[in-house]
Amino acid sequence: MTHSCLTRRDFMKGAAALGALPVSMVELTFADARENFTFAYISDAHIQYISGNKFVRNWDRGLIRAVAETNLLNPKPDFVVFGGDLAQLGMKEELDHGAEMLSKLDYKTYCVMGEHDYYLDLGKYWSKLYGPHYYSWDHKGVHFVTLNSILTYDDWTHERWPTAMQRMIEMAGLDNPNGSPFMVGEEQRKWLAKDLAKVSKDTPIVLFSHSPIQKIYKGWNFWTEDAEEVQALLQPFTTATVVYGHVHQIQYNQIGNLSFNAVMATAWPWPYPQSYAQAESFLPKLTVPMNRADPFFERDATGWQLIDVHSGRVALHYKLYNNADRTVAFNPATGRPEDRTYQAAENRISPQLHY
Amino acid sequence: MSTKIFVILFATTALVLLTVVMFFPQSETQADEFTEQDLARWQEEFMSVVNKGRELWVSPDLGTNGVACAQCHPNAANTHPETYPKFQQQLGKVIALRDMINWCLINPLEGKKLALDDPRMVAIEAYVTYERRGVPLEPGKH
Repeated sequence: MTHSCLTRRDFMKGAAALGALPVSMVELTFADARENFTFAYISDAHIQYISGNKFVRNWDRGLIRAVAETNLLNPKPDFVVFGGDLAQLGMKEELDHGAEMLSKLDYKTYCVMGEHDYYLDLGKYWSKLYGPHYYSWDHKGVHFVTLNSILTYDDWTHERWPTAMQRMIEMAGLDNPNGSPFMVGEEQRKWLAKDLAKVSKDTPIVLFSHSPIQKIYKGWNFWTEDAEEVQALLQPFTTATVVYGHVHQIQYNQIGNLSFNAVMATAWPWPYPQSYAQAESFLPKLTVPMNRADPFFERDATGWQLIDVHSGRVALHYKLYNNADRTVAFNPATGRPEDRTYQAAENRISPQLHY
Repeated sequence: MSTKIFVILFATTALVLLTVVMFFPQSETQADEFTEQDLARWQEEFMSVVNKGRELWVSPDLGTNGVACAQCHPNAANTHPETYPKFQQQLGKVIALRDMINWCLINPLEGKKLALDDPRMVAIEAYVTYERRGVPLEPGKH
């Protein structure tokens, strides 16, 4: 099943005046050069409603910039993925305002559900804009899957909170001890098993989710409760990749046949879990952290990514607004995603040390 | 005449006091003795202010745009209280943690700064440093 965000051919006036592109583009690459293609990934806009017609300016600017710059890409990406958390508190005002900004993209756009879009009305209004919460499609020999990975225990969702807004606020606080771990859930795992049964094991799989389909730090829900069960469905494929949002930072990992890549937020960066002195974190050893953000540049450590697809493997080009760009690409020699510049210990730079 | 009586009275009082001080064991006169109950009460007082700081940290009402400190700093992470005071290179001078808290109130939260002795400022500082407990002081570190 295929579904796309609203799109509108409406180039942003003045977009050409922008400087260096903070693009994190994803390129999937194939042995046959004709099959290589790119797509762009924008995520975690957190459009936040204040009152009247007022929204938090800072977050608006992040999404507006990402959309404008994605429209300037040349060659054009085949499509765009929006990775979830379009809204901050799931309100109609926020989703409408965000959807209007996303509608300026010149490309077919696929959307992923984030917890900030979901927990007010359990995704009802989001569905009016963007359709089903999980779906799959094929593109140039790659099988793409989108999951709603931010579900949680039924008791927490349906019994715990006196109002829908209370539920939304409790889930929106990243460090809120009243929150609940994310999960894909049995219904979607069954659907995924059925969906993948039709696909040959040498077909590259790229799966989009909002939360990491791996366990990094439970305290901030850098976590998916049934991660291992979802991973088990993907492991039989020779080439499989998960691209996820939610964490607002560069992360990457390799578990068996399965590669993991996180994307930047357009709204704000998050600290790495190891910078919380009271926490135990399982940040993949492979990950070289992005630079510590400079708060005096409000777009620093935010951005988006251009992804190129080559032999079914992804390379993420992170275009960072106030920092040197980074590329994290699958290295066939080592069989894992690696930063092309900073992976070697002697090449790391001071701001990549988080404390 | 009255001066003489005053001097005699003063000398007598001093002598009595000295006798009393010498007579009682020294430990009973120490001002800094405290008990387990004292420690428990002081910790409770401290934690009540830490908890007020946490409430402010997640409050959408501290600024004017609904943005809360915790949105960018879950568990007050990435605030580095142990490195202040330090040369804040973007401002070109040495500042205290509370100056940076006020910077955030004015900029990302689009609000007004707090007086440096405002109980809310003390509470926010208490929360931020509590979340960082156990980390050695490194003033000036970047």
